Amino acid sequence: MTHRITAGFMPLTDSALLVVAKAKGFAEAEGIDLTLLRESSWANIRDRLAVGHVQVAHMLGPMPIACNLGLWPLAARTVVPMALGLGGNAVTVSNAVWELVASEGALPDLVPSTTGLALHRVVRRRAGQGLAPLRFGVVHPHSGHNYELRYWLTACGMVPDQDLEIVILPPSLMPDALASGALDAFCAGEPWNTAAVLRGVGRIATVKAAIWRQSPEKVLAVASDWADENPDALNALLRALHAASFWCGAPAHREELAGLLSDPAHVDSPLDWLRPGLAGDLRIGPGLSMRVPDFFVPHASAATFPWKSHALWFYSQMVRWGQVSHDAASASTARDTYRPDLWRRALGPLGVALPAANAKVEGALNEPTPVGSAGASLVLGPDGFFDGTRFDPDSLDAYIASQAER
Amino acid sequence: MMSASLSILVIDENRARAAIIEAGLREAGHDQVTLVHSLTGIARRIEEAAPDVIVIDLGNPGRDMLEHMFQLSRVVNRPVAMFVDHADGDAIAQAVEAGVSAYVVDGLRQERVKPILDMAVSRFNAFARLTRELQEARDELEGRKVVDRAKRLLMKQKRIGEDEAYALLRRTAMNKNRKIVEIAQSLLTAADLLGDDL
Repeated sequence: MTHRITAGFMPLTDSALLVVAKAKGFAEAEGIDLTLLRESSWANIRDRLAVGHVQVAHMLGPMPIACNLGLWPLAARTVVPMALGLGGNAVTVSNAVWELVASEGALPDLVPSTTGLALHRVVRRRAGQGLAPLRFGVVHPHSGHNYELRYWLTACGMVPDQDLEIVILPPSLMPDALASGALDAFCAGEPWNTAAVLRGVGRIATVKAAIWRQSPEKVLAVASDWADENPDALNALLRALHAASFWCGAPAHREELAGLLSDPAHVDSPLDWLRPGLAGDLRIGPGLSMRVPDFFVPHASAATFPWKSHALWFYSQMVRWGQVSHDAASASTARDTYRPDLWRRALGPLGVALPAANAKVEGALNEPTPVGSAGASLVLGPDGFFDGTRFDPDSLDAYIASQAER
Repeated sequence: MMSASLSILVIDENRARAAIIEAGLREAGHDQVTLVHSLTGIARRIEEAAPDVIVIDLGNPGRDMLEHMFQLSRVVNRPVAMFVDHADGDAIAQAVEAGVSAYVVDGLRQERVKPILDMAVSRFNAFARLTRELQEARDELEGRKVVDRAKRLLMKQKRIGEDEAYALLRRTAMNKNRKIVEIAQSLLTAADLLGDDL
């Protein structure tokens, strides 16, 4: 029997798993007639999921939680049975801001602490001169970009929305906004950071993988009703995406992957914009390249496993930035949105490495570490936050309280 | 009678479609219609127009930005909701299908907003149909040119008349269960590869 599934996606590098599942025949091999629907805003994807035009979608990790918490209009109940990789974002600043930050001691090494402290000195100096606060762009309020940018700025002593302005802008417009001076910096996924650097309008200052290594980014969002009524189709889709993640993770396939993504029906970007992010070999400024470990992880380290600790960290940041008030019921809603049980149900029969736990202490692993698993053996980490703190999902209240104090 | 005083902002990068929507709204008695084609300075435009209803095409990448502005209520001094919060499932599905969405000032009654969105949906659909028909007409014209060139090629190479050349193309298409224009295109491609000039 053929399962007909339509998946919504945004033209970003991390739509790779969905693109490859279709283009390389992994979906077909699982009996799925997969249609990809390219969209131009996350709001469109939410609407199409709500009215049933798509059954599944590429989504920012915090969005399904925001849907279920009622923070978004027209929210359909949504579950996350799989992540679509780890990492993939960067913070890009205008050439003018880079000059200021460099004059305060920042090096082109992507190190969040020293770069952030230099940025803080620039911010203080500008305030002293009576200049307007720097303006940063992120793609959505409920995004990893927004939360990791704010995490970085705060840990380096700045107060977002006070010392700096943070605005929402579609990623495709960010390089232009940087060039025109409408933005001083932005945090976005690829290929938009590379695009800004290659167009000569900005420099990459730091990366998600350095702020929080192996951290969650995009997920597969599934309409809850559809997931309940179509367990076989969902299992088949997760198997196809797992095969796609394995294919995407192989360095030998990078060039072909870049070619697939550059297609007008997919990301529609030049190959030169796509290659650096896929290889983790970033062009961070004119003539400057840098290898970034785990810049984008499509498969290794259980990169598609929907950890409940990831959901709860996103939730903790929604609380931190006033998007939702904390109570036990909201925390449960966030925790229940990510569904590792569905991941195991689909992939268990394949003999792949199944994490034994549903959640982990984030930031606890300083190096690649073998962990408890069923099936094949599993190595996770490193997964540290740059400031050395840890997030223990069992101590959610204490974590939220500690962040409120800062 | 009812909504003469409603201020409506239409955000559509497609100027032709925006004009069609505006005409429809004016015909329906709405005289406060503002068209915006670009996201540049959108916050100020919204502030100036103080719209009760905002209609936006779904192809616009600025929807996420707009929704954030509405949530902050910094720009519009009144709370704004999505039309969909007030509407039934069918109306929502039709709007998304047509490629349009709307935001309304909270508290505005559904019966005042519904006709506006219905009009936008029907005009979006009409515009899509026109665009499709135009494209089909272009394709047909293009196809006719291809067939004409293939006919001339056959007439020259096989030294046959025009009717005979066309009959040959048609017969080949029928035998291979393909369209005449496809056969003509294959013929031209082959001729091109083999260096036959036309």
